[in-house]
Amino acid sequence: MAGSQRVYRQRIRSTQSLKKMFRAQELIAASRIGRARDRVSMATPYSRAITRAVSAVATHSTQSHPFLVERTDTNRAAVLVVASDRGMAGAYSASVIREAERLINRLTDEGKEVALYVTGRRALSFYTFRQREVVSSWTGSSDAPTVEIADDIAGTLLGAFRAPADEGGVAEVHIVYTQFVNMVTQRPRVLRLLPLEVVEGVVEPGEAEALPLYEFEPSPDVVLDALLPRYVRSRIYASLLQAAASELAARQRAMKTATDNAEDLIRMYTRLANQARQAEITQEISEIVSGADALASAS
Amino acid sequence: MAQLEVDLVDAEGKVWSGQAHQVTAPAADGEIGILPGHTPVLSLLRAGEVRVREERGGAALAWHVDGGFLSVDSDQVTLVVDNAEPTTAGN
Repeated sequence: MAGSQRVYRQRIRSTQSLKKMFRAQELIAASRIGRARDRVSMATPYSRAITRAVSAVATHSTQSHPFLVERTDTNRAAVLVVASDRGMAGAYSASVIREAERLINRLTDEGKEVALYVTGRRALSFYTFRQREVVSSWTGSSDAPTVEIADDIAGTLLGAFRAPADEGGVAEVHIVYTQFVNMVTQRPRVLRLLPLEVVEGVVEPGEAEALPLYEFEPSPDVVLDALLPRYVRSRIYASLLQAAASELAARQRAMKTATDNAEDLIRMYTRLANQARQAEITQEISEIVSGADALASAS
Repeated sequence: MAQLEVDLVDAEGKVWSGQAHQVTAPAADGEIGILPGHTPVLSLLRAGEVRVREERGGAALAWHVDGGFLSVDSDQVTLVVDNAEPTTAGN
């Protein structure tokens, strides 16, 4: 009986130290999430300006840019999966990967060959463990992406999109990331990055406001040429930032739940330990009493 | 007198925004100066210096930029640049 009491005390101690870790992770995530959300909103003016400009040029440009037309010479499609570097974020990485798998299956069913690009150690280890080929990967900054990383990713993907078919060129670029809706909702999303689909965010040339007749310096086509890579880069950067905010929110929530569970466990084990102690005391008393009885009846 | 509404943004956020009298920027084929009432224009920028003068004859704010583009549309000036670094303005 003394044994079970000791076991319970041990469990309480280990659960308590786990709880401390969960609590610390929760606080770290909570302190970083504000900054991550600020960065999301700070990047918004840039992407809004660039989207507006791209739509303005696209309506004026005469020739169709390679970024806007479907490639027919290859059936390879690139998929960029944006997941986290660390776990302890509940189902965050798992749901991104599930969404990516769904997309990959769909593309394979359409007869396309999928080239994987991965950010975040979690997704990378998922694919390397299953011995799936990963073309490029970026790890180590999933919760605080920088412009440089976004540049690098955009450069790689644009390079693949521009490359000839026999050098690993791809006909489509998809990106799977987690959209930050609010603190409790983060939604995995699939976005087709290239070829660009409809350019949104233009002021509809309605009766009230007409799209201004811009003069283009030096020419619409050159401007479009310079704008589109920037546009792609800003889309990638925006999705990395969204994913980072989502990751931190998911981590905070998961760690909160873990802390609460640890508290529940501690409470339960404390009860069991008390019960065991009480049982032990009761047993000792009855042993003493029966021993005294036996002595008394013997004399 | 009409004023320009200026937004200077880079990938990480808004660098400067406010009203100004004159904006100069390194356009693709030469320095471009913008005063209120300019025709709508969308131009690429080279690496160079962007200057914003808040008042006529006043001191100018200046940034060194690595490139980007600029759009002007009914006195609304948007400069989208890579890497804006504040510099001390010359005249």
